[in-house]
Amino acid sequence: MRITKHPILGEVNKGPLVRFDFDGKTFEGYEGEPIAASLKAAGVMVHRHTKKDSPRGIFCAIGRCTDCVMVVDGKPNVRTCVTPLVSGMKVQTQYGVSAKKQIKL
Amino acid sequence: MKRYDVIVVGAGPAGLSAAIEAAKRGLKVVVFDENSKPGGQLFKQIHKFFGSKEHRAKIRGFKIGEELLKEAEVTGVEVVLNAIVIGLFLDKEVTVNVNDEVVHYKGDAIIVATGASENMVTFDGWTLPGVIGAGAAQTMMNLHSVQPGKRILMLGSGNVGLVVSYQLLQVGCEVVAIVDAAPKIGGYGVHAAKVARCGVPFNLSHTIIKAEGDQYVTGVTIGEVDNKFNIIPGTEKHFDVDTICIAVGLSPMSQLLKMAGCNMEENPKKGGFVPVCNEYGETSIGGIFVSGDVSGIEEASSAMIEGRISGVAAAFRLGFIDKEELKAKAGELEQALLSLRQGMFGPGNKGKDITKTEEDCDVSINLLKKGYMTDEEVVKYPGVKSIKGIHAVIECSQNIPCNPCQDSCPKKCIRIGDKITALPIVDEESKCIGCGMCVASCSGQAIFLVNEDYEEGYTYVTLPYEFLPLPKKGMKGVAFDRSGQEVCDAEVVEIKSLAAFDHTNLLTIKVPKEMGMKARFFK
Repeated sequence: MRITKHPILGEVNKGPLVRFDFDGKTFEGYEGEPIAASLKAAGVMVHRHTKKDSPRGIFCAIGRCTDCVMVVDGKPNVRTCVTPLVSGMKVQTQYGVSAKKQIKL
Repeated sequence: MKRYDVIVVGAGPAGLSAAIEAAKRGLKVVVFDENSKPGGQLFKQIHKFFGSKEHRAKIRGFKIGEELLKEAEVTGVEVVLNAIVIGLFLDKEVTVNVNDEVVHYKGDAIIVATGASENMVTFDGWTLPGVIGAGAAQTMMNLHSVQPGKRILMLGSGNVGLVVSYQLLQVGCEVVAIVDAAPKIGGYGVHAAKVARCGVPFNLSHTIIKAEGDQYVTGVTIGEVDNKFNIIPGTEKHFDVDTICIAVGLSPMSQLLKMAGCNMEENPKKGGFVPVCNEYGETSIGGIFVSGDVSGIEEASSAMIEGRISGVAAAFRLGFIDKEELKAKAGELEQALLSLRQGMFGPGNKGKDITKTEEDCDVSINLLKKGYMTDEEVVKYPGVKSIKGIHAVIECSQNIPCNPCQDSCPKKCIRIGDKITALPIVDEESKCIGCGMCVASCSGQAIFLVNEDYEEGYTYVTLPYEFLPLPKKGMKGVAFDRSGQEVCDAEVVEIKSLAAFDHTNLLTIKVPKEMGMKARFFK
């Protein structure tokens, strides 16, 4: 959930609301905020699955652990917690190192 | 290859402070930081700092950060952001990854202020989405204005765990419990008291057994541990949570120093693997300095002073100032650092079991185990006195270097003295005017105004209040005691918010007469 008024920091002004695509669905977020923040505000928990299909999401939130990486505009391993949201971005859940779900044999 | 007099790695409180001191003395300084914004962890700290006036006490962390940035700008410090220093070499050459290319820089002196990274505890399910570092919770709520979750379990009762738990409450999250494997609360008693009176329970001598959930955290099970940290069967407790916050300590990020060839040591008192350095922060390689958490885990206030010391020492090493100026300035800064390192939580007392304060009062055992003092314990401290009319009640029971309350009272009702770790004493002779400045100035929110004589049958209690929505005059609600239990009905008599209080609103409630020394929170 988004915080609109903070008891210490006051009113939150975030700038323009823009649309982005997440796994084929349209979501909204504030331009310039980290992609991970937009996803968290929308209730998304899983950012990727490891090669062994273990779900991962935000962990350190400052770009050091790489648990939150996703495929952004076709490029994999993008740290969503430090990458600013741009209108029209295409964000996909990462499976291993690509956007394609791994087939278990 | 670009040359600088001083290259500072890290634009956090230590790095910026170092750069400012060096630049002030005429050195050409550059600061590299891997983040897109400077300030390190300082901008996430929305609480008021402790210490004395010289340590910027009662100022909120992010405000100190803003002032530091302004000072850096004015002194001509160059800050390069999104620049990751990936190599530090013996000859003080530095390689930086900026804009997807590696650039070489040469410094005559290097000051490494890279800070620390969070420690981990690997319980069953620790990799599930929903398990986050305490720093991550701070980043999300204080920088990005998003709640990290709705129902949170905090692992770790050091200052980070306590402070972040309070900040989570401030943004409307529920903290279901604070868990720690240790038998005592690790952080300041006043930080624990702030969350205890809001109803957050402490589970000491407990650890996480399992984080449950398939794709993300849906619950957590904790269990009690014995003195060998083995789980005691049958003590399992379950909580429905969507987030588990880990605050189990920090480790210095000292890899660059090791790479350069500095003498290193594994020092548990400093938090881990640190370079060996002298009192100026100079490592075994002349001209390479360290300051802040990378040289030993402490706090932002110490980091800033250590940064300044290294900046001055670097200026001396490069011949920009003489030995007299070094000794004078460094001496002054070292005194400030020393005064911060006093008291119950100082580095000298780490690991010690302290049972009495410097004044020979008993240290509150309940405060250390449950996060709150009992009614019987609280009256034993010099800040808690029964006085006619309105007066301050200071529930400060641990020796920590802190004295903003003393300077805040216009009537000089509060006394600490030269030794800033002393417990504040409320002067029974002074006339309190009820201005509330002391309540707002206490960074630990441990001061209350109590008036048993204003209205027949009632006691008026003024408490510090930093939540939204702000209660309104006339509103009826419930008063809670220090343990977070409901004790009586309460009515809001006044709510005061002045700029001088810096967002610590003063909430005055009236409660039945005998509840004056119990009521410490309102909902």
